[in-house]
Amino acid sequence: MAHAYTPGLRVSELTILRKERTLPLKGEVVVKEGDSLRADQVVARTELPGNVHSVNVANLLSVLPDEVPSKMEKKEGDPVNLDDILARSSSLFGLFKSVVKSPIAGKVESVSHVTGQVLLREPSIPVEVDAYVDGKVVEVRPGEGVVLETHGALIQGIFGIGGETFGTIEMAVTSPEEILDAGAISAQHAGKILIGGAMVTAAALAKAVSSGVKGIVSGGIDDATITAFLGYEIGVAITGNEEKGLTLVITEGFGRIRMAEATFTLFRSLAGRKASMNGATQIRAGVIRPEVVVPQLDRQAKGGPVSEIVAGGLEVGTKVRVIREPHFGRLGRVVELPAPLEKLTSETMVRVLRVELEGDRKQHVLPRANVEIIEH
Amino acid sequence: MDPSKIRTILATDCGSTTTKAILIEYRDGEYRLIVRGEAPTTVEAPFEDVTKGVLNAIEEVSELAGRKFLDGDTIITPKRPDGSGADLYVSTSSAGGGLQMVVAGVVKTMTAESAERAALGAGAIVMDALASNDGRLPHQQIRRIRHLRPDMILLSGGVDGGSVGHVVKLAEIIAAADPRPRLGSTYKLPLIYAGNNKAADEVRVTLGGKTDLSVVDNLRPIMERENLGPARDKIHDLFMEHVMAQAPGYRKLMEWVGVPIMPTPGAVGNIIQTIAKQHGLNVIGVDIGGATTDVFSVFGETFNRTVSANLGMSYSISNVLMEAGVPNVMRWVPFSMDESDLRNRIRNKMIRPTTIPHSLEELMVEQALAREALRLAFDQHKQMAVGLRGVQRERTVSDTFEQTGSDETIVDMMALDLLIGSGGVLSHSPRRHQAAMMLIDAFLPEGVTRLAVDSIFMMPQLGVLAEVHPAAATEVFEKDCLIWLGTCIAVRGESKPGKPAFTVELTRAGGKSESHAVQFGEEKLIPLELGEEAKAKIHPAKGFDAGEGSGKTVERTVHGGVVGLILDGRGRPIALDPADPTRVEKIRAWTGALNAYPSTEPALVG
Repeated sequence: MAHAYTPGLRVSELTILRKERTLPLKGEVVVKEGDSLRADQVVARTELPGNVHSVNVANLLSVLPDEVPSKMEKKEGDPVNLDDILARSSSLFGLFKSVVKSPIAGKVESVSHVTGQVLLREPSIPVEVDAYVDGKVVEVRPGEGVVLETHGALIQGIFGIGGETFGTIEMAVTSPEEILDAGAISAQHAGKILIGGAMVTAAALAKAVSSGVKGIVSGGIDDATITAFLGYEIGVAITGNEEKGLTLVITEGFGRIRMAEATFTLFRSLAGRKASMNGATQIRAGVIRPEVVVPQLDRQAKGGPVSEIVAGGLEVGTKVRVIREPHFGRLGRVVELPAPLEKLTSETMVRVLRVELEGDRKQHVLPRANVEIIEH
Repeated sequence: MDPSKIRTILATDCGSTTTKAILIEYRDGEYRLIVRGEAPTTVEAPFEDVTKGVLNAIEEVSELAGRKFLDGDTIITPKRPDGSGADLYVSTSSAGGGLQMVVAGVVKTMTAESAERAALGAGAIVMDALASNDGRLPHQQIRRIRHLRPDMILLSGGVDGGSVGHVVKLAEIIAAADPRPRLGSTYKLPLIYAGNNKAADEVRVTLGGKTDLSVVDNLRPIMERENLGPARDKIHDLFMEHVMAQAPGYRKLMEWVGVPIMPTPGAVGNIIQTIAKQHGLNVIGVDIGGATTDVFSVFGETFNRTVSANLGMSYSISNVLMEAGVPNVMRWVPFSMDESDLRNRIRNKMIRPTTIPHSLEELMVEQALAREALRLAFDQHKQMAVGLRGVQRERTVSDTFEQTGSDETIVDMMALDLLIGSGGVLSHSPRRHQAAMMLIDAFLPEGVTRLAVDSIFMMPQLGVLAEVHPAAATEVFEKDCLIWLGTCIAVRGESKPGKPAFTVELTRAGGKSESHAVQFGEEKLIPLELGEEAKAKIHPAKGFDAGEGSGKTVERTVHGGVVGLILDGRGRPIALDPADPTRVEKIRAWTGALNAYPSTEPALVG
């Protein structure tokens, strides 16, 4: 085949990344082009006007609408708390007193002497967008947001859950084959992004949530663990909005699968550094992969900003990862790309490649569709 | 173009996972398939251009045919004097497959729920149901819509003539989200409004410019009545005509083709109807893809087509597992396997949709799952083929599609003459016997039914070719596309294992006759070669029906094929309890009888 495009996941030690950060509604950009920002810094904000509540003061006090302004204890523009007295009246020489209390906290928007209605408005709701990664503002889109550029490591996962978060990277296991269990997690991991090995258990996820861990990265996970953690089964792989108190990124796949050595080693070299991560995944045409970004602003990557998806032609010498059984998760180098179709043990006739896998140095025949190109 | 001048035809089908190209040529007085190439579909970043996959697939055709069809990034048409290029290039597409929707309604438990039901009824996945009272603030709803990038939005709310404020506010939220389709920016997101008719004009003002808006009848015209038909049909139509065919680079592809690009299900539907008409047969066809499964049926004069947008073998594989349930998938796996292993394998296919089964076990798991995907898609077809008697039609918005008169499906398995399978898992199964088994197990044909598969998955291309060159399409279809698997004889009824189900007296050409007794729970394969015919006298045991009533003898001509004559005594439905301790043994007896898998494989002997 002339072109063998095999999309793969990006695992880069140092690269240039651009992130678009925009508001859901028009608002104000509070940073300038060229500003250096921390991940938690707000780049743009807007305010959503609070809801309006109407209170029919005239009816409640049994007075005429035009008497309402004189009965008000709070004037237009005054702040009010829940149950504050808004208006008061007395009748029969003060024998009967009536009061109207505020049903909300907010402020008095208007008092009408025509209808006798008082409008109260809840406080406006601030909506903010943060930088998500440490980096520099390279473009300001007035009223919308910014584009940030950062230099650092990018590790894409294959599947994730939970949204954006940040924390300090900490190795929770010593080898990529290890299983991350609850015993390895304690209160001192609060605010951390823990790096596991071949699998993470349900107990570990529960312990991580209760310990205030921000995120977990693991090579594999059992489908049953994710289903139990979420409380429902995933039908189509569209994630990112789960609010389970933890963001999870899986680098290899489902089951017990050793984290790729290169990925594990890269994480180890980044231990102690601040990272940003996002579990959002969409596996359909128009794919979105989960990621861990570790800005290293003291270093300069060469070249221009990278696409977040790797693709290229398979050639002899290309480094690949096996993405299906058998040998799932193993790495190797392409040694031959035979043109004719070959028969697999399933009797399927397909285009294959010969690959030398790390570990046994033996050559294996695999379908071309069952490897992905990896990049470092 | 004068069809008689067309000698060399290139045709592609852009699926959600794979792009397939075929080369057809007029040689020695007939049109024949010459070679076939394929390449991954390139709708994803970094390519985001469906034409890349097309060029790659054609490049493979070039290599295999030893001729040039591309000049750089251009398909050479018409054919040049030096022999390079083709006279005609046509294509079909389902590259944007899968239908994920966001629905919105004013009241969470009322219109939003009705909208959700309409979307589910059309085969969509509902990613989220927004409602004015769902407890979320507008900016949260806006963020959610942006994050989800739905393929389509269904907006409803309010009874006809009721208050317009709430539903217009929802429209404003959607407008503020400025929803963009996930695939490229060349087309507007389809949005269906099926709410209060009084608010339609305001909704047009708010959303008309930002979305591809269709207004249909209110799905809740009065509080007490739901009217889901118009919204559901509109979803189905828009998906077929619009979303499915859309993909980045689609416009470029449109400029290349000699006739307009057809959506894959439309093209396959064409071919199925042609066969049914030509031979006067009742036909069911199925095309199982990575994201969607399409089912077609022709009974008498009535053609029906359904697209199950989220049943498929790659992108939609986890959804099949979820809808069918693990035990139902597991029951077809011919070896013992624990549930977590099955789940993990299927999830891994979901996250790496383009991988193919290497080991026999992996193949068996995929084929087990395919049976359930086919069964579910067929169930949906039977439900939607209700009450649509008498006319050959594509349903449109104006059809109110009320299920009055008949709520019985027109699909009659006993009257079915021919069952045709297409799509990767059926066309590329290493042994045709496997395809025959999957079709029988999923569709449960009754009486006497011929089985066929699309040889190399080329029905879509022939469907579109039939639009411009019916002769070439028909010739290739009959000579190169359809692979006759044979005939299945099955009886309806239930009994106890080991009791007689039916006997077949077979008289072969030349007068030689033989008798085969089939017990309940048993499946048998009788050799009957491709091109061979035989007279079959079927004597069902008491309580079993072969088409003429309980215990009544049926006489038919049966046709051979690459698999042969399959005698299915397993009854209808097939009793296969996932918890049955003899389940594996039963499946192995069936797969063994049909010679479906190599018998030396450890999974089968261990």
